[in-house]
Amino acid sequence: MSETAQVLAEGRTEVKNTTCYMCACRCGIRVHLRDGEVRYIQGNPDHPLNKGVICAKGSSGIMKQYSPARLTKPLKRKEGALRGDAQFEEISWEEAFSTLEERLSNIRATDPKKFALFTGRDQMQALTGLFAKNFGTPNYAAHGGFCSVNMAAGMIYTIGGSFWEFGGPDLERAKLFVMIGTAEDHHSNPLKIELSKFKRNGGRFISINPVRTGYSAIADEWIPIKPGTDGALLLAITHEIIKTGLYDRDFLLQYSNSAELVNLDENSSEYGMFVRAEVPEEEGCFDPQNKLWWDRNSNKAVVCRTKGADPRLLGEFQLEDGTPVKPGFQLLKERVDQYTPEWAANITGIPAETIKRLAHEMGITARDEKIELPIAWTDVWDNEHQSVTGNPVAFHAMRGLAAHSNGFQTIRALSILMSILGTIDRPGGFRHKAPFPRPIPPCPKTPTGPEDVKPNTPLGGMPLGWPADPDDLFVDDKGEPVRIDKGFSWEHPLSVHGMMHNAITNAWRQDPYPIDTLLIFMANMAWNSTMNTDEVRNMLNDKDENGEYKIPFLVVADAFQSEMVAYADLVLPDTTYLERHDVMSMLDRPISEYDGPVDSVRIPVVPPKGECKPFQEVLIELGSRLKLPAFTREDGSRKFRDYPDFVTNFETAPGSGIGFLAGWRGKSGEKGMKGEANPDQWKMYEKNNCVYHYELPKSYQYMRNWNQGYLQWAQEHSLTRYDEPINIHIYSEVLQKFRLAAQGKSQGKQPPEHLRKRVETYFDPLPFYFEPLEGQLSDKHKYPLNAVTQRPMAMYHSWDSQNAWLRQIHTYNFLYVHPQTAKSAGIEDEGWMWVESMHGKVRCLCRYSEAVEPGTVWTWNAVGKASGAWNLDGSANESKQGFLLNHVISEELPANEAGEHISNSDPVTGQAGWYDVRVRIYPAGPDEEKVTFPQYDTMPAVPGTPKRRPWQNYFAGLFTRKGEF
Amino acid sequence: MTQLALVIDLNVCVGCHACVTSCKQWNTSGPAGPLFDDNPFTKDPTGTFFNRVQTFEVGEFPNTETLHFPKSCLHCEDAPCVPVCPTGASHKRSEDGIVLVDYDKCIGCKYCSWACPYGMREFDEHQKVMKKCTLCVDRIYDESLPESERKPACVLACPTSARLFGDVHDSDSEVSVAIRERGGYQLMPEWGTKPANHYLPRRKTNMSIHEDELVRVDNPLKKEDIRHETSKNVSLDDWLM
Repeated sequence: MSETAQVLAEGRTEVKNTTCYMCACRCGIRVHLRDGEVRYIQGNPDHPLNKGVICAKGSSGIMKQYSPARLTKPLKRKEGALRGDAQFEEISWEEAFSTLEERLSNIRATDPKKFALFTGRDQMQALTGLFAKNFGTPNYAAHGGFCSVNMAAGMIYTIGGSFWEFGGPDLERAKLFVMIGTAEDHHSNPLKIELSKFKRNGGRFISINPVRTGYSAIADEWIPIKPGTDGALLLAITHEIIKTGLYDRDFLLQYSNSAELVNLDENSSEYGMFVRAEVPEEEGCFDPQNKLWWDRNSNKAVVCRTKGADPRLLGEFQLEDGTPVKPGFQLLKERVDQYTPEWAANITGIPAETIKRLAHEMGITARDEKIELPIAWTDVWDNEHQSVTGNPVAFHAMRGLAAHSNGFQTIRALSILMSILGTIDRPGGFRHKAPFPRPIPPCPKTPTGPEDVKPNTPLGGMPLGWPADPDDLFVDDKGEPVRIDKGFSWEHPLSVHGMMHNAITNAWRQDPYPIDTLLIFMANMAWNSTMNTDEVRNMLNDKDENGEYKIPFLVVADAFQSEMVAYADLVLPDTTYLERHDVMSMLDRPISEYDGPVDSVRIPVVPPKGECKPFQEVLIELGSRLKLPAFTREDGSRKFRDYPDFVTNFETAPGSGIGFLAGWRGKSGEKGMKGEANPDQWKMYEKNNCVYHYELPKSYQYMRNWNQGYLQWAQEHSLTRYDEPINIHIYSEVLQKFRLAAQGKSQGKQPPEHLRKRVETYFDPLPFYFEPLEGQLSDKHKYPLNAVTQRPMAMYHSWDSQNAWLRQIHTYNFLYVHPQTAKSAGIEDEGWMWVESMHGKVRCLCRYSEAVEPGTVWTWNAVGKASGAWNLDGSANESKQGFLLNHVISEELPANEAGEHISNSDPVTGQAGWYDVRVRIYPAGPDEEKVTFPQYDTMPAVPGTPKRRPWQNYFAGLFTRKGEF
Repeated sequence: MTQLALVIDLNVCVGCHACVTSCKQWNTSGPAGPLFDDNPFTKDPTGTFFNRVQTFEVGEFPNTETLHFPKSCLHCEDAPCVPVCPTGASHKRSEDGIVLVDYDKCIGCKYCSWACPYGMREFDEHQKVMKKCTLCVDRIYDESLPESERKPACVLACPTSARLFGDVHDSDSEVSVAIRERGGYQLMPEWGTKPANHYLPRRKTNMSIHEDELVRVDNPLKKEDIRHETSKNVSLDDWLM
């Protein structure tokens, strides 16, 4: 009998449930083990998110588990070695912890902001944010700022919810689905499942994208568009819909601020604000219902929602005191009057007739294909409805729209289009997922000044929050930033996810101040997770005149030998997802469904490799050693044994009954969402596919912004503070407040002089189109092309494409160029070429493609690696033929009137403008080396990484034991 | 006679490669495994995969289609790989039509891969035997699995349910109905191999708009048209007596 046959016959097999983390989708998985090795990772058929399916990454989890890039020991940089050389020596965890304890306790006792913690993952923020807050540092963020914060902010500041974890398209009931820009990374498996059903049910799928890849491949119609011009398209569609009367008037009247009257007295300090009736304004982060409507029946202003009133959406009126006013919708109409389809055609490259047809398809489908579900519900104004109705036009967008410096206003335009079509939290349109909808903006706020950062004291506010007006900004009395990334300052006031992409550059420049210790978790800031990669690598290695590193101490926590690890002074080896406890928490980024809250857990299925320790355990240990209040009893002793114990027993406030997990709370697990700690909570998750799903009654599943039953339930279960209606902000008073400050018309915080014009311009209460900032500052004759990236499906949202199987699918990347564009530059198909921006240049391989708009070039992101990183051999294709476009993308704009070192980001939210870069292309010379540029010295394998096999036969039960057979 | 096969719906396949690696992970640790990987961490990695996805561009901009095309052994009814095999290793099972290779009999002569017009055989350079898709024959009859899971790993994994599995000789089966009703076709039928696997073509949903749909009595703009102020201009009403 062969060895494999013997193992097949006699191997000890087990099946364990946990949650995937090969990307950010977080599908339920069943891990089959044989003799302790992973034999098969199956999609869990009983899991609400993926319903049994699994993707290419999830199926390759085995190769992650047994990767030679695994870090297995704590390491410190060798004495005398430079950062970047990756010369390390093994140390004990005790040494690692005591080094950190000593350094961090000194920082905390003197100036806590000198410790900065940035994490590449958003989905552990409940813990990482708690740690930062308790430490007392303002310098904390996750990766949202360089991912898709424009999507979150643009939608949440408009409709109180956003795409992905917090909401999405209802493809089960939609008839028309429009996907704009690259959006596939987010919620990929659920979207694939739904898209396929949608198409089979005869739905029409339109994709608007410069490139036809991803899901666009199966679209019924592909509409190529020039990058960064989506806002122009959306505003022109809105123009056409309003012009032809295809908007949902009833929906806008009832559920948005469209009919509310805006003060247009230019001499008033209230200019551009809604007029309030004489009803005392209530405290809190919600819209009091004290605005005015113009009633068509009485032809005068009445308090909004007065019974029997029929408000006007259009027109201009005068209040009794002579104040000129217009409804918000009139202002929207006036705004989009200029945005004709013909105007947009020139900007977007989409013919005007196509834009009109798109508008008509959306409007007519919304109006004439109405859905009515026999579900009775009651709104917050006590009106009883016998049914739930919906307009079946659904949208999805993420990074394609978000990663432009005009993305916030573009996404405001999208949210408004979705709203005028009447599709918010209704069947067939956009649906929220708990804990959303939340007030506009949500309640949490950051501290507001440097006095909130004090030694040995928790931060006086949340590390990240949702500014509602200028006084919420985190700035000093001169209006200058308090955070190292300059988040929540006048440069980027609504940077609600922070600005990780500027953290290293600012720390290096010591602007606004020097820091001491930078802790990076699971973020490859020396490669694909940073802009301006080449320079950032230099900054990490740069020393001052005394020979000290400008960023004095650099700690990297990661499971793999990434490019970033090479720069660490201290390396903390993290586990894989199969080796640890984890929570997908309601306090963080849960995996809720449209029908109600869902959270889930990971439970280890194999023991940690070597000395790997889950990063959560590192934080619990450090929190205990530093005696941070959340992790310590009053007598100073350690409060939590370990991370699972923390998850079981932590409460947001003593007796709140709210913890990291919503399921099986109460002493014996009898309570959901809220209740005392349950010592057996983990076991109950384990027995239930690692997932808790609270299905709301049908009458609470729709119209949640205004659904009395839902809002009261959400308040009772502490998802929201209020049960007040969350009306759609067609006209944004929040933005107008910042504009008034910039104009010097309001009393509170004021921007520094050099930023007044910038804030006044971009904080427009109505969406508008402007060319992305980098484009405005570029020589477009010299750099005529746009350059963008996408990720291939086998690597969506994943951070370890060195995987032995996945790298056989994508071993290196080409720059895709339309044949005419390439030929006119003299570049051959599969030939070597240069792509150059004003910031830098890269040599790469060209591939002709008919599936790209001729003014755009693009590539798969993050396939290219630095030589030797991820424990790939120095000759690996990833480093010799693969390339990273990041080298030509800058983290800062050229000096301009807003300042010398302004982030290359959206001026409202600080979203990184990845897709704004302008480039030119030309052939590489015949004598040039046939490798990509830049090249780096090969990173050596660090101590403790497993042996790199020259070949492998993976067979569970034999692999680590024998390897060769 | 039963003929098991896959029917692959190109109308919904997004080219995600889930079928590729789920096949690899199931089969590498099963009776058909291990599936060799050569140079897994150096230059030009290559390995044995029973299932691969090719991507094509069709047409010229802007009328470009991007087509993802998953390919694995088609389990031909008249399989040219079988008669050329000198040892009988390559064989077609009479009970279910699955084409298999008996590794113990295979001498690695590669005649079968030359005979296969679809290029769907994978030579294992380490074991020196020919390997290929087995339709997960070790899953589909395994009574220890729940019935819903007695399917090839690729079928279970596929996020868009683009892969249907069943008996193409049973006219009532899901696969036969799909082939009949949704234009299922075989690859290169002119070669007479009678591939058992079929593909379902792309289908388009269009919307046609009639002009009158843009003109409606309930157009909400009409609600806003009523003037609420008396005109100050002189009108015919002031003149006509």
